Amino acid sequence: MAHGPDITLRYFAWVREKAGRAEERVTLPAGIETVADVLIWLGTRGPEFEDAFRKPGLIRTAIDQRHVKPDTAIAGAREIAFFPPVTGG
Amino acid sequence: MTVRVQSDDFDIASEIEVLTQGRTDIGAVVTFTGRVRGSAGGRDLVSMTLEHYPGMTEVELEAVEADAHRRWPLQASLIIHRIGELRPGANIVLVVTASPHRHAAFQAAEFLMDYLKTRAPFWKKEVFTDGASAWVDARDSDDEALQRWQSIE
Repeated sequence: MAHGPDITLRYFAWVREKAGRAEERVTLPAGIETVADVLIWLGTRGPEFEDAFRKPGLIRTAIDQRHVKPDTAIAGAREIAFFPPVTGG
Repeated sequence: MTVRVQSDDFDIASEIEVLTQGRTDIGAVVTFTGRVRGSAGGRDLVSMTLEHYPGMTEVELEAVEADAHRRWPLQASLIIHRIGELRPGANIVLVVTASPHRHAAFQAAEFLMDYLKTRAPFWKKEVFTDGASAWVDARDSDDEALQRWQSIE
């Protein structure tokens, strides 16, 4: 029962600047199962995304506001966030 | 246990007062304050802007604080982290820990800072006097600081 965008993607720091947006709702293509799959797909979405996701190893990910590794399955995720390694404190 | 993310500055003395008011069981209070340095890599800074991930930030800070309370006999603790545009010399972060004796308070404060720096979703962007700006890179030394706590669960 596909009906429009089903997941929120959020971008922070230089990932946000390069991608040219902070947040969007998308429907992921079929066959995308892990965070690594999403990173590869994002890199194919035009010049801004190609630039932002050129080196996926530099990008950290959170699913529903929890840190996850690239091999994490995205099934059931409502929100996926992409950002550089954190630099608070 | 308290966590606050705010653009406003904080006052260390009044925060300690709130934390310890009416209590005679607290024997040690340790505070750490992180501040904006006026230069980075030999270049003078105009400002540093702190971005964060609202929601996740609070969850991570609360988790780190709860972890500290499991590891040490803390009687109270506080983490305040500022966001937005900050000038050189401005406060960025405050960590306060209170315990019956000093060792727990010292160690827990250091633990909180080490964890906060590698887990809490904050990012710093520096603007320099020559007009250039750059996102601050994460440091390997911060990850290394974290590892020593993992060997003493």
